Amino acid sequence: MNLPPPCSDPRLTVAAGEPRTADEVESALDEQLDAVLSTRRTVTRIAAALAPLTRHEQDFVLHWVAVIARTNPEMAFQFAAAAPQALATLDSAAAEAWIIQAMDTYDREGLYLGSQVFKRSTEFAQLAGASTAAVTFEDVVHVLQLFVCGLSGRRMKLDAAAQAYTDTETLFLPPRIALSPDKNTNFLIYKIILTLLWAQSRFGTFNADLQTACDAYTDPQRALELLNYLETLRLEACVARALPGLAREMTQLRGDEQPDPRCLPLRAPTATVHDSISMLAGLYTDFTPPPCSYATTLQPLHAAATRRARLADEKNELQAALGRLLEEKEASGDHVSARPTSRFSLKLAAAPDQEGNAQYELSLDAEPVTPPENIKQLFDSILQDLGEIPDDYLVATGAGGYRKSKPVEQDPADVWKGVYHEEGAFFYNEWDHKRRHYRKNWCVLRELDVHPGSAGFTELTLKKYAPQVAQLKRTFELMRGEDRLLRRQQNGDDIDFDAVIAAYADMKSGMELTDRLLVKRHKSERDLAVMFMVDMSGSTKGWINDAEREALVMLCQALEVLGDRYAIYGFSGLTRKRCEIYRVKRFDEPYADMVKNRIAGIQPQDYTRMGVAIRHLTTLLNQVEARTKLLITLSDGKPDDYSDNYRGEYGIEDTRRALIEAHRSGIKPFCITIDHEAREYLPHMYGPVNWTLVDDVARLPLKVADIYRRLTT
Amino acid sequence: MRSKISQLQTKALNTEARIIEKEPYYESVGDEIALFESAYQCLIPVLLKGPTGCGKTRFMEYMAWRLKRPLITVSCHDDLTASDLVGRYLITNNETVWVDGPLARAVRVGAICYLDEVVEARKDTTVVIHPLADDRRILSMEKRGELLQAPREFLLAMSYNPGYQSVLKELKQSTRQRFIAIDFNYPDSALEKKIVMAEAGIDAGNADKLIKLAHMTRNLKDNGLDEGASTRLLVHAAKLIKRGIAPRTACHGAIAEALSDDPEMLRAVDELTSSLF
Repeated sequence: MNLPPPCSDPRLTVAAGEPRTADEVESALDEQLDAVLSTRRTVTRIAAALAPLTRHEQDFVLHWVAVIARTNPEMAFQFAAAAPQALATLDSAAAEAWIIQAMDTYDREGLYLGSQVFKRSTEFAQLAGASTAAVTFEDVVHVLQLFVCGLSGRRMKLDAAAQAYTDTETLFLPPRIALSPDKNTNFLIYKIILTLLWAQSRFGTFNADLQTACDAYTDPQRALELLNYLETLRLEACVARALPGLAREMTQLRGDEQPDPRCLPLRAPTATVHDSISMLAGLYTDFTPPPCSYATTLQPLHAAATRRARLADEKNELQAALGRLLEEKEASGDHVSARPTSRFSLKLAAAPDQEGNAQYELSLDAEPVTPPENIKQLFDSILQDLGEIPDDYLVATGAGGYRKSKPVEQDPADVWKGVYHEEGAFFYNEWDHKRRHYRKNWCVLRELDVHPGSAGFTELTLKKYAPQVAQLKRTFELMRGEDRLLRRQQNGDDIDFDAVIAAYADMKSGMELTDRLLVKRHKSERDLAVMFMVDMSGSTKGWINDAEREALVMLCQALEVLGDRYAIYGFSGLTRKRCEIYRVKRFDEPYADMVKNRIAGIQPQDYTRMGVAIRHLTTLLNQVEARTKLLITLSDGKPDDYSDNYRGEYGIEDTRRALIEAHRSGIKPFCITIDHEAREYLPHMYGPVNWTLVDDVARLPLKVADIYRRLTT
Repeated sequence: MRSKISQLQTKALNTEARIIEKEPYYESVGDEIALFESAYQCLIPVLLKGPTGCGKTRFMEYMAWRLKRPLITVSCHDDLTASDLVGRYLITNNETVWVDGPLARAVRVGAICYLDEVVEARKDTTVVIHPLADDRRILSMEKRGELLQAPREFLLAMSYNPGYQSVLKELKQSTRQRFIAIDFNYPDSALEKKIVMAEAGIDAGNADKLIKLAHMTRNLKDNGLDEGASTRLLVHAAKLIKRGIAPRTACHGAIAEALSDDPEMLRAVDELTSSLF
C-alpha cells in the first residue's frame, strides 16, 4: 500500500503506528464534515466502522475525507461511510481510482450520481480487482482514441463509465481493468471491449428497436442480456472478417469453446440484428449465456435517443449541403434549370464491402456527381444508421436555413449563476494537486471587452517618456529582420571572391589559410507571436495599475516598430463561476484608437485566478501560426481567489499545471512581476529563468519593452 | 580551400540528366497521361499536386520515358537558391569558370526539368521560374548577362504537396497560375492493391490487409498524424514481408515508425496492425 501524501493537519500525524480509537476518528471527522452533520446525523457509526482498520488505512481515509470535503462535504461524508467496506476489497491504488471516478462524476454530473459511485464500491471492485497489473482508463485512453479513430465509420468519443456500453457516439469503457495478472492482457481486454462497442454501432445493432423487442418478454432485463450475448456472437464474426488479427487474440482469450449450435447462423456475413432478435424467441426459455471476460452491455434507450437526435441533425445538414452543391453547380452553368424538387438520386451497390462500407453513386438529374468530403461523411453516417438514404433526405434546401446547434458542455451547478444557457462561456478544467487530478469543467470563463478609457492617456504617456520613446524606437528598428549578405562564411551559397583573392595572397606568402571563403544570404525572420496577459486584480489598484498601463503603451510602440504579432488580454475573476478575460487587443486587431482607449480603460477588478486565464489564452495563442509563441504575464503577486482555497498552494499548483500544459503545446511562458516575494513561488511556477522581477514599480514602463527585447533576441 | 571548392563543384555537378531507358512501372489512375502529353505539346508547364508517396515522381519518370526526353530532377530544400538552379562561377586553375545549374542544363539540352517539392525552395527561385513558365520561355542568367531561349522539347514541371506545409509556404498565385495542374491522390483500394502486389510481389491476402491498414492510418490524418501511410510505405512494408519479416514487425518498421515519433501514436498504429495481421 502506498503512503498517502503527507497531510497538513497535525492531528493526523501524531503517534504514528497505533490505530486511532473510535473517539479520535470521530473528532477528526466531526471537524471535516461539520457542515453536513446535525444532531440526528452524526459520524459515530462511521467512526466505529473505521476504528478496526489499520492506522495506515485510517490515515488514508482521513486524508481523502479532508481533500474531498474541500470540494463538497456531502461527498466526503458519503466517502467516509463507504470507505470501510471498500478498503476491504480495494488496495490503495484501486481505492484512489475509485475516489477519482466518483469525484469526476460529481464534477460533471452532480452530487447524486457522484455519491452513487461511492455507494457501489463492490461493483467497482469486481472490475478493478486488487492487482498491480491493473490498467486504468486514463492509461490507455489516448492510444484507444487513436485506435478507434483509425477504424472505419463515424468518429467516436471515449469516456469512462461503470459499465461498458455505447450510445452510438461515445464509447463508454470501464475505468479500470484487472481481470488478468498480466498487464498486456488487461490492455487487450480494453481493446476488445472497445472494438465490440465500435462494432455495435458500425454493424447496425441499434438499427432495430431493441427495447420494444425485449419488453415483449416477461423479464425484459433477461431478454436484453440474452440479446446482448447473441449480438456479441454476431459482432465477433463481423470483427473477425474485418480485423482477423484481433479475432485471433479474442479466441485465445476466450478459449476455443463453441457456442450453442442454435446460435451459429449469426456468424454468417449476412446476419443482422433482426436475426438476433428472432433467435431470442427460441432461446429465451432455456438458455443461459456463458460468462465472458470482455463483456459489454446494451443500453438501447441511450442509443435510441442519441440516434434520433443525430438523424434529425444529419438530415438537415445533408439537405443544406446538397443545397450548396446545387448552387455551386448552377453557378458554374452546368445545369441551368429551375426545378426546385428533388433532383438528386442515390444508387446503392448491392452489398457493402467486408468492412461494412457501403458503395454508392450520387447523381444529379441522372448525371453522376462526385460528392464533396462533408457529404460523403454524412452519407456514411446515415447509411450506418439506416442502411439506406431515404428519398426525403435527398431534397436539397437552401443554404443558411439550418444551423447545427452545438451541444454546449454544461455544469449543472451553474443553473443559478446565469451562465447556463448563455453563449460565449468557456469551460475549463482545473488542477487539484491534493486529488492529483483535474476537476472537470470547473471554471466558467467569459471574454469581455474593456470599457474604453480616456482618449488622451496614450499621448500623455508618450509625452511623459518622450526621450525614452525615441530611444526605444531606435533600438527596436535595429532588431527588425532584414536580408543581409554575410561575407567570409564557412558555409554559404556562393564564393566570396574577395576572400578567395585574399586567401590566394596569403597562400603565396606562406600563411595559414582560412576556410571562410563563402557568402551567405541571411534573412532573420521574426516569426513570432506574443500574448500579453495583464493582471487586473484588485491588488493592482493605484499606481501599479498606472504603471501597467504606461508599460503597455510603451510596449505597443516598440512592437509596432518591430512588426511582431501581439495580443493583449487582461484577467480577473471572482470564484470559479465568474472568471473573466478582458480583451484589450486581439491578434488581428490593428493598434488603433480603440485599442489605445482600451489600454487607458484597464481598471482593477477582483481576484487573480491565474490557471484558467492561462488555459484560455493558451487556446487563443495556439490558433495563431508562428514559429515562436510567447505568453508574457504582467503580475503583481501570487495567484489568489476568494473561494476553493485558491490562495496558496492550490492556486500555485494549478497555475503551474496550466503553464506546463502551455509549454507542452509549444508556448514559451514568461512572467514579469513586481512582487518582492516572487522568488518564493515564481521559480516553481515558471521555471528558474522564465521570470524577472522589476523591483521599482515606477520603472515598469521603461523596463518591460527592454525585457521583451532581451527575451526575443 | 581546395576541399571547399571541390565540394562546391560536386554540388553543382551531381544532378546529372537521366535518360530513362526501361519503362517504369506506372498504373494510370485517370486521364493524367493524356493531360500531360497535351500540355507538353502546347508548351505549358505542369504542376503535380498531391500527398507524399502517391506516385508523382514515378509519373514523371514514366512520362520522361514516354516522351523520350532526359529527366533532370531537383529536390528543393529551404536552402536552394536561384544560383543553385541557374549556375555559378567556380574557381579552377586560378581562373573563374562558369558552371551551369540543373535548370540551365535542362534548357540547353531540351530536357524535362522536375522541381520536386518546389515550395521548400527559397523565394528568390521564383524570379528564375516565372519568365521560363509563361509564353516567353526564357531563362535569364544574370551573372553571365545571358538569356537562354528554351527549345520546344524543354518542359518545366513542379510538384507541390498542399497537405502538410504551413500557411507560410503556400504557393503564390502568380506562380501557380502559370501551370497546368494535375491532382494526384492515393489510388482506390483495388488499384492500390494491384500496385503493391506488382511492386513487391506479395500475395493478395497480405496486400489486402496492407491496404486496410493504410486506410486506417489515413483515417487518423488530422487526428494526430499529418499524413496517412502512402502507397510508397505500403510497398516498403510489402517488400519486407516478401523477404520473410513477420508482418507485424514489417509494418512497425515500415509504416508506424515512418509516420510518427509520438509513442502513443506508434502504439495505436501497432494495435491497428496487430488487429489485422
